[in-house]
Order: sequence, then structure tokens, then C-alpha cells
Amino acid sequence: MQKAWRNDSYEKVTGKATFTDDLKKIDMVHCAPVYSELIHAKIKSINTSKAEKAKGVLRVITAKDVPGDANFGQIHKDYFMFVTDKIRSEGDVVALIVADTRENAISATNLVEVDAIPLPILSDMEVAFNEKENLVHESKGSNIINHHKIRRGKKIDIAFSECDVILERDYSTGYIEHAYLEPESAVCVPRYDGVMEVYGSMQHPFSTRRFVATLLGKQLSEIEIIATTMGGGFGGKDDTAAIVCARAALAAQLTGKPAKLTYTREWSMRESYKRHPYKLHYKIGVKGKKIHAVKTKMIVDGGAYTSVTPWVSWRSTVQCCGPYKVENVICDAYGVHTNNIFTGAFRGFGAPQVNFCIEQLVEECAKEIGEDPIAFRKENMLRQGDETITSQKLDNHTVSTEEVLNKVLEISDYSNKIKNVSLGKKSEKQYGIGVAMSYRGASLGAEGMDFCSAIINGQFDGSILLEVGIHENGQGAESAMILLAAENLGVKKERIRYNRASTSHIPDGGTTVASRGTLMGGGAVVDAAKNLKRIIAKSLHKELNCNIENVRFFDDYVWGATNENKISWKDAMHKMFLNCDYPFSFGSFKAPKVSWDEENGTGNAYFTWVYSAQVIELEFDTIKNSVKLLDIFAVHDIGKTVNKKMLQGQIYGGITQGVGMALMENLTSTNGKLSATNFNKYKIPRATDIPKITTAIVENHDPNSPTGAKGIGEPALEIAAAAIGNAMYNATGKRFNSYPIKFKK
Amino acid sequence: MQTTINNRVIEISEEELSLKLIDFLRENLNLTGTKNGCNIGACGSCTILVNENPVRSCIKKVSDIIDKKVLTIEGMENEDGTVHHLQQSFIDHGAIQCGFCTPGMVLVSHAFLLKNQNPTREEVQKAIKPNLCRCTGYQQIIDAILFAAKKY
Repeated sequence: MQKAWRNDSYEKVTGKATFTDDLKKIDMVHCAPVYSELIHAKIKSINTSKAEKAKGVLRVITAKDVPGDANFGQIHKDYFMFVTDKIRSEGDVVALIVADTRENAISATNLVEVDAIPLPILSDMEVAFNEKENLVHESKGSNIINHHKIRRGKKIDIAFSECDVILERDYSTGYIEHAYLEPESAVCVPRYDGVMEVYGSMQHPFSTRRFVATLLGKQLSEIEIIATTMGGGFGGKDDTAAIVCARAALAAQLTGKPAKLTYTREWSMRESYKRHPYKLHYKIGVKGKKIHAVKTKMIVDGGAYTSVTPWVSWRSTVQCCGPYKVENVICDAYGVHTNNIFTGAFRGFGAPQVNFCIEQLVEECAKEIGEDPIAFRKENMLRQGDETITSQKLDNHTVSTEEVLNKVLEISDYSNKIKNVSLGKKSEKQYGIGVAMSYRGASLGAEGMDFCSAIINGQFDGSILLEVGIHENGQGAESAMILLAAENLGVKKERIRYNRASTSHIPDGGTTVASRGTLMGGGAVVDAAKNLKRIIAKSLHKELNCNIENVRFFDDYVWGATNENKISWKDAMHKMFLNCDYPFSFGSFKAPKVSWDEENGTGNAYFTWVYSAQVIELEFDTIKNSVKLLDIFAVHDIGKTVNKKMLQGQIYGGITQGVGMALMENLTSTNGKLSATNFNKYKIPRATDIPKITTAIVENHDPNSPTGAKGIGEPALEIAAAAIGNAMYNATGKRFNSYPIKFKK
Repeated sequence: MQTTINNRVIEISEEELSLKLIDFLRENLNLTGTKNGCNIGACGSCTILVNENPVRSCIKKVSDIIDKKVLTIEGMENEDGTVHHLQQSFIDHGAIQCGFCTPGMVLVSHAFLLKNQNPTREEVQKAIKPNLCRCTGYQQIIDAILFAAKKY
């Protein structure tokens, strides 16, 4: 057995790993957020006087105490870290109690009085989309957050008139909680040098720094975010987690004492953003054996605040036709405000929703024209050199659609098993198998600035400190960076210690989102390693009897041009000390250029793509009305494997979240009130829900990535629901066009 | 009144009896390896062993452990400071991602393996069902437990 390795497994398996809530500081005060029972209301007054007099209470903070700006956001600054003029959702925070103990802080939360005029609640995204009078944000003049579009080919009506078969379907997708097991937590320490030190459970220290600086009215240099062991994020520990840190920092600043704010599960689920529910309408036309035209409109529930809704819905437009060639496309995606808890980044980021539709639609189209669904996919799939629906030519990397599909069919024995499906045949247990595939734009694409940083700090005793501008969310990012640094420096990995970055040490490396950690962080590590090797070569080439260019690095040695001349890494570092040269380097990686024309929806949306295919087998129990998954197979072309067991872990975990989304996870918002705020009512997959998962990795090294590696976090999740949809059809003979899939007799 | 936690005898005062067990462990004894994920006994992150049975410390009081033997994650290591072979198996099988569920998972599976040294995959799935993990999809945790069973 090949043993797994990660740099933090010992501390985690022994319970020694220090998560934010495990931290204690001398003289620390405790905070608790105050919510209102109102969902949508105009504030008249917030009265804190009773709460201020309560036992142990040191301070009650409201918007009027904010020295900086209470409003912030990554795209639009429309989120209020403390309610000012209006309450827009159940998760809005009107005040923060600061007290000597957590119990006292929580007790006083009931004593804050809010006087407000209730407004009609917008809970339905389609109603909000059409609503002209009742606006969640009056200043915007509309509930529509954004409109992304794709316009490709001829007039769509003409294109459809040329089709032999036209199908129209409506789909809807679920409102999903991230359910990271560690709720948000922050510990903030006001330092004597005027710096606010922040420890927090957040997946993006630099984004957190912007939130904290904004609320405190300070400069970025005056805030130091210290990366702390984090109990899962999955995209969910950006905005809300950063806001929790910002509020605790304000408590620390106003009291002059270290402040802790640890969320209960109820606060976490009530306040934190979710996965976007979509309502989608697809019209698809087939001419001969080709998908000839697609017209789709999607409404995306952004909830009360913008967060990253424009970016999420943009990815949905780019990937709305799946990994298929389509000459004529119209796509319109609208993000809309409602009074629901806002939605934001969640592993998959707008892709699972459209994949669920298109992967079922291609099978329906195949059936209509009497073609085998696999053959129909092969007839239409994007291949090397083809143009995507946004007119991007796929010629700068290996397009492996057919390779991943063939591989997953092979390892799952699909072609034999598909013969046994029940297709609705009456029996107690109906058997189904389903396949789904995708191509996923790697990293941020044309959403944003995409670059990353790395520092390699060689020590004179031969040990090495490595820092990268990405964050350990639990996925094994630090371990991947260590392995890549070791490989690129030609040293053993035991030399390298990952130095958990603080925002005061390393330049902003961007968010650890979009499956970009290995790709972008790895790119920066390669650059830093190259720069360090150049510095070492310059210092030591004479002793190695060769030119700078001929110095080589492998097997924990620094080598001259021939194998005669070599110095061990340890000795090399000592010699650098004697030469007064620092073995220290900085590296960066800038994503290759991408482009986007918003008006026509064309451009090179992403600089490279990840190709995936999964097969899921299941049994539908017609008596119990329940589904049992039997077997799962996953194939992903991730460019290059960096840490195999962690890569598999990402696939297993991603699929499991996809299964939860498809079959069991379901939040509803009734008049803006969430149906669940803890795991007793919000059910996520348990060990008995997931069968054995078999993976196969395809490695077409990607020339756009300095390491050859791409990403896996999101590709793993984004097609499981679609595969289950197809398997459910093959079992029951019925199409399920919304998830979580509900089985009614 | 006394309890034994990780082989250490602890005196319990009258006032401490009504404390929530998880708070007593984390706040009073600094045993922060026990995690609070839901506070209602639904996620298993706070699992400890009481007389070798898994117990959710977030829904128990200190009074529930009087005259009993408690094992928390801090007591899992061998006397020589090396990790227990079950913990080593978690490490070797890649069963750890964010690490928040890990202490509870180690303890719930330890209790199970003390009773069943030759489990099937299905039995392991059932045994760890009370404990949620959002990262791993459970595969490598199950592999780790099955592997460790051989040495119990």
C-alpha cells in the first residue's frame, strides 16, 4: 500500500491541531450576534440600553459604533456587517454583544429592542425578478443583480426551425448549506503596535483583511490575519467568515481586549451564505445527429446581498451547454435579490446546476432520435481544436472528453450493466446506472485577477521554509505545495516546513477557491524554486567547476555539469552562509490571458479546462420510496497528480457532497425563514449513504500550468447529481428535473 | 466525587456537576481535541468514550461521568508518546482532511474495534454512522478502520 502523506496529519489525528475556538487569550472577552425576528423591514430605532445593563456585558455594538464602513462586499458593497437603515434577511445582524463570558453575551442578545416597519417579504426568485415596487435594495432600482448572456450563431428561431427534434424542459435546483463541520470562529487581539491581529476560521486571509480593514477604518498594513487550522470551507468561508472576523476585531478594538466570537451551528446556518438555487428553462434542438441550437434562461436566487452571484452565474452561462459543440446558442442568466439568506461561493460555483440539466437533456435528445446516449455524446462532444459556445478555441491543452468518458465506461463496465436497467419495469427494486460528464474552466477565468505568490526561505542549516499565498482549507494545500517545492528544488520533502502565512508576510495570493490552489500556488512555487536555484547557482557555480547555467539540482544535492562535482544540499546552504548569500526567493504565477466580451458573451473564458466523467449505479426501492447507491466510478483529467491519496480524497469528498445535493440536502426558505439551522433537520450524507467509490486518474500534463497540474475540488462534485439523474431515469423510467430529487408515489 | 479522564483521576466539585461535559473538557481541563460541531448531539465531533462506549459530550453533563473512565483524543496515544496504531492507520490511509471530525472518528471507531476485530465494510459504515464528515466521503476513514482492525 502506498502510504498517504500530509504535513498536518499528526496534529490532526491527535487532536493537537489548534482551531480558532481552541485559542484562549488572557483577559479575553466574548461576543454574540443579535438577530431580529424581522425579515424585511425599515429600521426606526435599535435600543441597546437594557442589554448594556445586563450581567457581564461590557459593550453593545451597533452600526453607529463602526469607525469605518459597515457595508462591504467583494463585487458590490451592499452587505451590511451591522444593520443600518434596513433589515433584508433573517441573517442580518443588528448588534454585537460583548461580555466577560460567552454565556453572559448570549443571555443579553434577547434584550436588544428593534423598532422597525415591516415590509413585504420577497422569498420567490421569480416573483422578485418581475417585482418593480418592492425592492430589496431601493438604491439599485431593481431586484436584478446581474444579467449575463451568450449570443452565438444565427437567429435562434431560424436555427430551431432547422431542427428535426426540439425539447423544452424546466429545471430547478436546491438551496444547499456548506455544512463545514467547524462553525465560524474568530479571535482578535489588539496589539500594542496598533496592529489588529486576527485568527479565524476563514478560507481567505486576504479577503478577510479587506473586510476587517473596512469595518475598522484602518489600512491593510494595520491588520494581520494569521492563518489558523480550519475545519472545512468548500467555498463557504469567504464573506460570512470574514465578517465574523471583522465584528470580533471591532469588539477587540472598542474594548481594547482580545475578543472571541465563535458561532453556534444555528448562527452559522442562519447567517452564512448558501449554494444558489436556480430556475432554468432549456430549449434544445437536434438536427440530424447534432445538437444544433440551445436557448436557455436561468434565474439565480442571490438572496439579500450580491456576494459573488455575478461570478457564479457567469460560469453557468459559459458552461450551460456542457462539453458539447453547439453552433447556435442564446443564454440569459439573471441573478436576483430576494429576502432569503444570501447565496455565494460553494464548491462547483454555478456548474452543478447547469450540468444537472444538460447531461440529462443530451440523453433525452439521444432517445428522441433513436441514438445511443454514449454515441450521441461522442457525436457532439468538444474535441481538440474545437470552438466552445463562447468561441474559445480549445487548442492549448489536451482536450480529453472522449478519453475520460471511455475510461469511466471501462472501469464501471457500463456497456454490460446498462443492459440490466429496469427503465420503470414493475418490481420491488429498480436498477439504474447513469453517466455524466463535464468540462470545467480551471481557476477564476475572466471573473477576476488571477495571480499567486510563493516564498522559499532556505535556512543555512539546510532546512527550508515555504510560504504560498493560498490557504489550507483542509484539502491538503500545504502538503501539495511542499511536494511541488521538493520536486522542483530536487530536495527531500522532509527538509521543508510549511510556514503558515500571515497577511503581513506574503503578498496577496488571491482566494483559495475555484480549484485554483494547486494550479496557481503550484505555479508560484515553481517560479520561486527557479529563482532560488539561480541564486544558489550564482553563489556556488565556481566551487562546482561549471557555469551558472549548468548547475543542477536533484537527489538532495547541488551538482555541477558532471557527476564528479556535487555538494549536499546541507553543505551547499552552509557555503552560501560563508559567501554571505541568502538562499531566499520570491516567486509568482500570473494566469495566462483570458478575455470576455460581456455584450456578446464571447471570449477565452478560462485558460485551461478540466475534463471529467462519472458513473453512478443505484437501486430504487419502489415500496420504501428510497434510493440506495450501489457503486460509483469517477475519472478526471487533472493534468498531473501531486499527492495521490489527497487527490482521491478530494474526489470521494466531492462526490459525496454531490450525492447529498442530489438526494437529501434541502433547505427551504418560507417567507425568508430557513427550514433548518442544525444537523437534526438538515441531513448530509453519513457513512452508510455512500458506497465504495472507484477512481481513475487521467494525466495529460497541462502546458498552461507550470507544474502540469490543474485542479480537482470542484470537478469532483459537479456531475454527481447529473449522473444520479440519469441513473434514476434508467431505474424508474421517469425524469427528475429538480434536486434534491423527490420520490412521490 | 471523582472521575478518571485519560487515566488521570480528577476531583469534581458540586458546582461542576451541572456543567455541560464538552465545556468542562474544553474550558476547564483544556482538552480542546474534543470539538463542538452542532451542540445538539447530531454530528459526533464531540465524541468521547465513557467506559469504552462512545458518548456525545455536547449533550451530557459532568454528573454523567462520575466514577467512570473517560477517554478523550488526548488519551489515545501510546504511553511512549507514539500514536496508537488506529491513528497511524488514519494517517497512512489519507483519512484526514480538515481534521475537525477526526478526534471523534478515531474514538468512535476505537470503541467499535474493541468489540469487533473482524468487521465487514458494512459494519464499519454502521459503526461510524453517528459521526459526520463533510470532507472525505468516508472512504479512506473506512479503509483506515478496516486496516487497523487486524491489530486489535
